[in-house]
Amino acid sequence: MSTAHEWPAAHGGPLLRMRDIRKEFPGVRALDGVSLSVGHGRVHALMGENGAGKSTLMKVLSGVHPAGSYTGEVFVDGEPCAFSGVADSERAGIAIIHQELALIPQLSISENVFLGHERARFGIVDWGATHARAREVLNRVGLDVNPATPVSALSVGARQLVEIAKALAKRVRLLILDEPTSALNEVESARLLDLLLDLRAEGVTCILISHKLGEVVSVSDEITVLRDGRTIETMSVERDADGTPSVDEDRIIRGMVGRDLDHRHPERIGDVGPVRFEVRDWTVDHPAQPGRRVVDGIDLEVRAGEVVGMAGLMGAGRTEFAMNLFGRSYGRHVRGRLYKDGVELDTSSTAAAIRGGIAYVPEDRKNLGLVLDDDIRHNTTLAGLGRVSSRGVIDPGREAVEAARMSERMRVRSHGTTQRVRTLSGGNQQKVVLGKWMFTEPELLILDEPTRGIDVGAKYEIYLIVRRLAAEGACVLLISSELPEILGMSDRIYTMCEGRITGEVPGEGADQETLMRLMTRTGGHP
Amino acid sequence: MNRPTRTSRLTRLGADLLRGNARQYGMAIALVAIIVLFQVLTGGLLLTPLNVTNLIMQNSYILILAIGMMLVIITGHIDLSVGSVVAFTGAVSAVMLTSWGLPTIVVVPLALLLGALIGAWQGFWIAYVRVPAFIVTLAGMLIFRGATLAVLGGESVSPLPVALRRIATGYLPGPESLGLHAVTLVLGALGAGALVWIQWNGRASAIRYGLPTPPAGVTAASSAATVVVIMAFTYVLAQYQGLPIVGVLLVLLIAGYSFVMRSTTMGRRVYAVGGSEQAAALSGIGTRRTTFWVFVNMGVLSALAGLVFTARLNAATPGAGTMFELDAIAAAFIGGASASGGVGTVIGAVIGALVMGVLNNGMSLIGLGVDWQQLIKGLVLLLAVAFDIYNKRRVSTARPAAAETPAPEAAERSAEEERTPSR
Repeated sequence: MSTAHEWPAAHGGPLLRMRDIRKEFPGVRALDGVSLSVGHGRVHALMGENGAGKSTLMKVLSGVHPAGSYTGEVFVDGEPCAFSGVADSERAGIAIIHQELALIPQLSISENVFLGHERARFGIVDWGATHARAREVLNRVGLDVNPATPVSALSVGARQLVEIAKALAKRVRLLILDEPTSALNEVESARLLDLLLDLRAEGVTCILISHKLGEVVSVSDEITVLRDGRTIETMSVERDADGTPSVDEDRIIRGMVGRDLDHRHPERIGDVGPVRFEVRDWTVDHPAQPGRRVVDGIDLEVRAGEVVGMAGLMGAGRTEFAMNLFGRSYGRHVRGRLYKDGVELDTSSTAAAIRGGIAYVPEDRKNLGLVLDDDIRHNTTLAGLGRVSSRGVIDPGREAVEAARMSERMRVRSHGTTQRVRTLSGGNQQKVVLGKWMFTEPELLILDEPTRGIDVGAKYEIYLIVRRLAAEGACVLLISSELPEILGMSDRIYTMCEGRITGEVPGEGADQETLMRLMTRTGGHP
Repeated sequence: MNRPTRTSRLTRLGADLLRGNARQYGMAIALVAIIVLFQVLTGGLLLTPLNVTNLIMQNSYILILAIGMMLVIITGHIDLSVGSVVAFTGAVSAVMLTSWGLPTIVVVPLALLLGALIGAWQGFWIAYVRVPAFIVTLAGMLIFRGATLAVLGGESVSPLPVALRRIATGYLPGPESLGLHAVTLVLGALGAGALVWIQWNGRASAIRYGLPTPPAGVTAASSAATVVVIMAFTYVLAQYQGLPIVGVLLVLLIAGYSFVMRSTTMGRRVYAVGGSEQAAALSGIGTRRTTFWVFVNMGVLSALAGLVFTARLNAATPGAGTMFELDAIAAAFIGGASASGGVGTVIGAVIGALVMGVLNNGMSLIGLGVDWQQLIKGLVLLLAVAFDIYNKRRVSTARPAAAETPAPEAAERSAEEERTPSR
């Protein structure tokens, strides 16, 4: 299973070799004999569904799981390693950049870059040297900002670059990126991937963990697929003269799920009915800056049983629109009307919007969608307490039964509805959020990035749920930054840019290029 | 993959029982241990009918405050002003009773209304202006202490009418037979009966819905324990003068607030706001309104505690209620509240307050000085919370053994990790 011997000797042996790594948590074998070999100056992608063992493997490598808590061997540049902590692995030139960024927002870029390794003499910080060196590493990652800027003033994409700069400042030779583009828009993602290629040219080796198949195929030299804690295969990606890679996405998916996924998006069922929801001239200002339009005169309609996609780059105003529509949860409402079956709906509060049959599944499910320390049961009924109570008194039996029914319908994998949602995986958490809103029996379901950070299998299940809801006659508004998702799921697509609708195309026959062109069309209505 | 074995299912059951309630169960056991300890150390003085009656009366106002404080802490806030509010409402009541000559029956609702207004004032700043509760109630602590001094002119007001004093020092009327207070025993039996009915009714409803239920023997054992504890307690009280009026008040408050927090949508909203204000808001819950009313409630309970305390002292004094807020906060945390909100129960606050009360009383009985009392109470608070944090970590480590959930470390980053289902 080990691919260690496949490396050409020209590389002088691999930079990293992990052999037969086994790691067990009580009752769960997270890693069951994983081997991984990464050559010098390569971009090596690690793929697998959630729970395949990618993160555990990287935690073994970075010393988060110290030597002794796992079995197997780790060699860096031929030297056997037994890291007892993150400090050890950093000394060996390994840096890991987590999905949740580890920057302190109040501190400046420089302070963050040198946190724990301050440029100082006798404990007194040498600010000149600090800023100069910070500027150097910022240049390397192509970030042209003053290093004294506080991190809180930076976009998510820029923060990601600061994280990488921070790793470079520690003279890293193996950079591990865990889902680096999950919070980035298309442009930022492209820039980050270019940076990986630049770093590779400078001799920095990268391990890339990502769910986005497209980007993996486009930048990786090798792809290792893990499944159920085992190495399934390592593919070498060759590119022919016009840059077409030798490995395609379906090939990787096959490896990840162990079967062919013919349809990544389920077929639509049922027919589209008459117009049910109409939005007219919806306009929203920035909450702190009156007069600054974030949503500008949106007109749209959704028909019964229709899935309507909203495509746009980050900052196009889609989330702002949806949250304002959902009971003015964001921004200052300037004007706009919402009609259901021709009758104007009250959306002046979230409670009113819910009464009107609207449900909003937020982008940030952990903070906005769930009470993480509460259990599945209570989260499921939270938006529909009236359905399990009479005169303000909750019927605990009815609540338990309803929550279990919904949990089953959403196929939440848990050991019961009293499990705390914090301990669920991302995909299952999202299913709980969906269940919570399905419980309110919505007529208009707004989904905001419903599958972000969720593995392929769970994604498909979520698509099925959406399809089924639409088949029952509900209206669905799907906001997504993943164009294949928009294209695969939508009956009709609106594109947005700078707070305006810039285009409307039927889902059938649309392609990514058309959408991208419309999404970047500034300056008003089509 | 790993099929959960019988033992792992038991571990899971144990983990479920412990989860979230570790500190409450732990403290209930600790409370019993402390009672036994002082019963031995005092040579049986602790549980004499007279001393048990004293314990209730001495701790009544802290118990009342602890209930309100628990709600405040569940919503993720804190109230430092309750001691001053106790003093202020007590002072105003005393002035109304003595200088203005109003009857007690009028003064009591006015005092509660005053408490509500104070709570509304603080709730307004906290919920609508979004000034941190720590600041608002720190200001309140100063404001209402100052107002107390102004109302009293720096002097105590006493004595107070008998009608008021009965609230804190009176007993239920009733005939005695064989040296026992009959009404107390009857009420005890009724209370025990009600609790047993609730237990079996809950079980029947669970069966009706086809939910997993413990064996009938377990429910029977817990019913028997409930009956024994309540009857023993009322029997002890019946040997002295019977149930104190303030005891009845406490039972009603504890039962009422437990019901609201456990079984009503209102209670659920309070937990949701504390657990995640944003998620609650997006679920259609009026988070500001909820926070506002929790503080109004705290104000009313502070006024009630002020009435009880003033009545017990038979005087309104400028220094009344000093440090009460800290006792109430400590009770809530000992009883299982979380500083980040969203967690805690009314019964936990009661247990926490009783732990502090029995420690106070027991240490006084064996003649320990105030110096030692404070030191020991401080340590108890610290250890109780530390024990809980330790326990939570242990329980969460034990969980993956019970089910196919992410590994412990992975639970933190659960967005990533999931056991792949077998297809």
